[in-house]
Amino acid sequence: MLKITKPVWVFLFFALGLTLAFPLFGEPFYIELLTNIMIIAIFAMSLDLLVGFTGLVSLGHAAFFGIGAYCLAIFFGQSDQFSLWAALPVCLTGAALAAVIIGLISIRTSGVYFIMLTLAFAQMFYYFFFESKHFNGDDGIFMLAKPEVKLGSLQLMDLGNEVTFYYFTLGIMVAVFLFLIMIIRAPFGQVITGICVNEQRVRSLGYATQRYKFVSFVIAGTLAGLAGFLEAAHSGFITPSYLSWHESGAILVVLILGGLGTLYGPIIGAVVLVLLEDFLPDLTDHWKVLLGGIIILIVLFLPNGVSSLSGKLFRRKIFTASKPQR
Amino acid sequence: MDTNNTILKIEGLSKSFGALKAVSNVSLKFEQGVVHAIIGPNGAGKTTLINLLSGELQPSEGSIHYKGHDLTHASPNRISRLGIGRSYQKTNIFPQFSNLQNCFIASQSRLKSSMRFFRPARRSKEVMERAVKALEMTHLSRQTERVAASLSYGEQRQLEIAMMLATEPELMLLDEPLAGMGSEEAMKIIELLKELAKTQTLILVEHDMDAIFAIADQLTVMVNGIVLETGTVSQIRCSQAVQEAYLGEEEDGECLLT
Amino acid sequence: MELSFYLIQLLNGIQFGFLLFLVASGLTLVFGIMDVINLAHGSFYMIGAYLAYWLTGIFGNLFLGILLAIPLAIAIGMAVEKLAIAYVYKKGHLHQVLLTYALILIFDEMQRFLWGNDSHSVDVPNLLSGSIPLTDIQVYPVYRLFISAVCIIIGIGMFYVIQKTKLGMRIRAGASNNEMVQALGINIERLFSIVFSLGVALAAFAGMIAVPVDSLYPGMGDNILIISLVVVVIGGIGSIKGAFVGAMIIGVSSIFGKTLLPDMASVIVYAMMAAILIWRPKGLFQAI
Repeated sequence: MLKITKPVWVFLFFALGLTLAFPLFGEPFYIELLTNIMIIAIFAMSLDLLVGFTGLVSLGHAAFFGIGAYCLAIFFGQSDQFSLWAALPVCLTGAALAAVIIGLISIRTSGVYFIMLTLAFAQMFYYFFFESKHFNGDDGIFMLAKPEVKLGSLQLMDLGNEVTFYYFTLGIMVAVFLFLIMIIRAPFGQVITGICVNEQRVRSLGYATQRYKFVSFVIAGTLAGLAGFLEAAHSGFITPSYLSWHESGAILVVLILGGLGTLYGPIIGAVVLVLLEDFLPDLTDHWKVLLGGIIILIVLFLPNGVSSLSGKLFRRKIFTASKPQR
Repeated sequence: MDTNNTILKIEGLSKSFGALKAVSNVSLKFEQGVVHAIIGPNGAGKTTLINLLSGELQPSEGSIHYKGHDLTHASPNRISRLGIGRSYQKTNIFPQFSNLQNCFIASQSRLKSSMRFFRPARRSKEVMERAVKALEMTHLSRQTERVAASLSYGEQRQLEIAMMLATEPELMLLDEPLAGMGSEEAMKIIELLKELAKTQTLILVEHDMDAIFAIADQLTVMVNGIVLETGTVSQIRCSQAVQEAYLGEEEDGECLLT
Repeated sequence: MELSFYLIQLLNGIQFGFLLFLVASGLTLVFGIMDVINLAHGSFYMIGAYLAYWLTGIFGNLFLGILLAIPLAIAIGMAVEKLAIAYVYKKGHLHQVLLTYALILIFDEMQRFLWGNDSHSVDVPNLLSGSIPLTDIQVYPVYRLFISAVCIIIGIGMFYVIQKTKLGMRIRAGASNNEMVQALGINIERLFSIVFSLGVALAAFAGMIAVPVDSLYPGMGDNILIISLVVVVIGGIGSIKGAFVGAMIIGVSSIFGKTLLPDMASVIVYAMMAAILIWRPKGLFQAI
């Protein structure tokens, strides 16, 4: 069940204010870093719908991210001028179609099977782009231009500007966050959160659970495609590694770092992971050993993520404060 | 018995697990508006029979017909939507959810479709009313916001029944609804079942004989997967076969648990 | 291209299939018995390969290298099981995925730390370096036949253990019905430790014996892992027979794919998996 408490809302608004104001004083490097974090956060939120709210552990979510990105590169990469209004629907449709195909086959299974199937299908798409000479294989594709945002002949935004892109991404992240809250509070969300807890009971109450899982899978895939679109538009360079299963694993790590089934957890997780990846390489060349160790420690000792830490500390404070009264 | 009133009919129903025949060639008719209790020792196949009726298990042989629908191989969700509700012997709830949420999700299942993505679910008056009513009927309305996991065992059993009621079923399959309840709670539930019996059809698996005699009209005795005897409560009470199988042989002539 | 060319491809495919079978059989039992997903299984293939490479370098003999590498690999596997994986048996798939994913990060990085980013290779031992003439111009290396022969022996041994011994009976029961085994009072966690170690030994051994025909490179464990997962999915989780059939299907088709449709070789393997799963969502065979 989604529960965003008042202190969390306050924190989120505070963070939003800070993020809005950041370009006024932040250095370009950090503006770009924050844009990356927000894109990862959108990607992770889409996975939270699947893992945290529907209870489906997917190890192939990067496929949809990569397909969203590749759709942009394939259909618009060679043109020096193209519209967001054309590009975005194409990318979302591409990701959604892939989610429909993978979903139709893998939703019928559960547990270990589902994990392995999502992984295997994601690998299929990965190798498709990796081996395809048509799409430059391993070398990837460079984008010639950024999408234009025009209304008639009026330019609304210049996405070539790093700060504008920052606000554009922020806007989309907030929209995705609110969209997910909306569907989780809607009747649909009641059903999937029920499935997450006790699927058998949901079925015996009269719901065709497969259908709800499938729809959740497609929504999650489409939103991952949205994140992939942003990444491709932002970096202007797309390689098959976007779809690799290491990415799928990494985004699960983001989710567990931040906290499952919270929607704001993925944002926190994205911040933590990007900062770790920024900071750990300064310590040693073999920083991935440290990263692996941190992940293991979190899995074993903080399975509800970093965002549960604040709750734990907070509760402890109340507890110690109320003790002397007794 | 007026056979035109048959709401549920099972014929030659069998379920095998490997070599074990848990339910063997059972044919029964359930009448509309009648409380039909199924009794028998542990391992008699009562719960398996309920699982077959609710679609959680698929029969190996035989057929199930409900109001003209063939439910032999129907899915649990289809069966629920046709108006057959069930409660479980082993408490089967959403432990992390509040009582209200538990009943709400049950109640929401009566919407034509829950593929609705925009309006908050809680705003649906119709769904909310059904959920609240179910909690009231099971005496849980004082603790709607309590998390189900924190309830006592007896209260969880009440919630189990509340969830079934929130789907407003016409036919209820109750698998040991009183198991684990204190005597006071049990009395309340028996009263509730009596109340429900006035308008609905109940199929009841229960060990508590007092409760059965208080509520049931029809009685079926199962032993080792087969139906030993079926009939009205008074018929069964004095049945020789049941006496022998169920109570041993000593009290001949006496009626069962008078 | 003539018949003998296809024969060579077929033999290569079967030999690759045998190696896959060694890796996948351990994987499928671990999934089947404990419902635990272990992504680090491929790492043991890599560990086996590098241990064999390292010890062969020291002692100058591949067989001696392998002989010494086996207990080392099993020790590493048991340590990993006791120190990490045992803690997530009951914690659900997500935690198992994340923990074993982290293990892969660590193992891959350790490999880079110890042996660097270059790929390495080991010569075929003199004893088996010959080849058998198939036609006037085409020959088949003896070492590849040796790999297949060893795998067949191991496969028969495994079949014997699983079908005829008490341990095998428990493994079979565990793979088909977890609860029953616990009800019978068999210590499932110990059983699992044994199966896990056996799986590690098989995967590591596959890595070792493949060293002379397959070069060693960073990330080699990931590739074998994912293709073994495909084998397990096709064959049916918990089924040794399924692992064998799946391994042969994938082994042969991926080798033929590489020569006939080099552009789409890897995609073919996954497309085949999809086709089989549409036909049979739970794989070709039931657990054991």
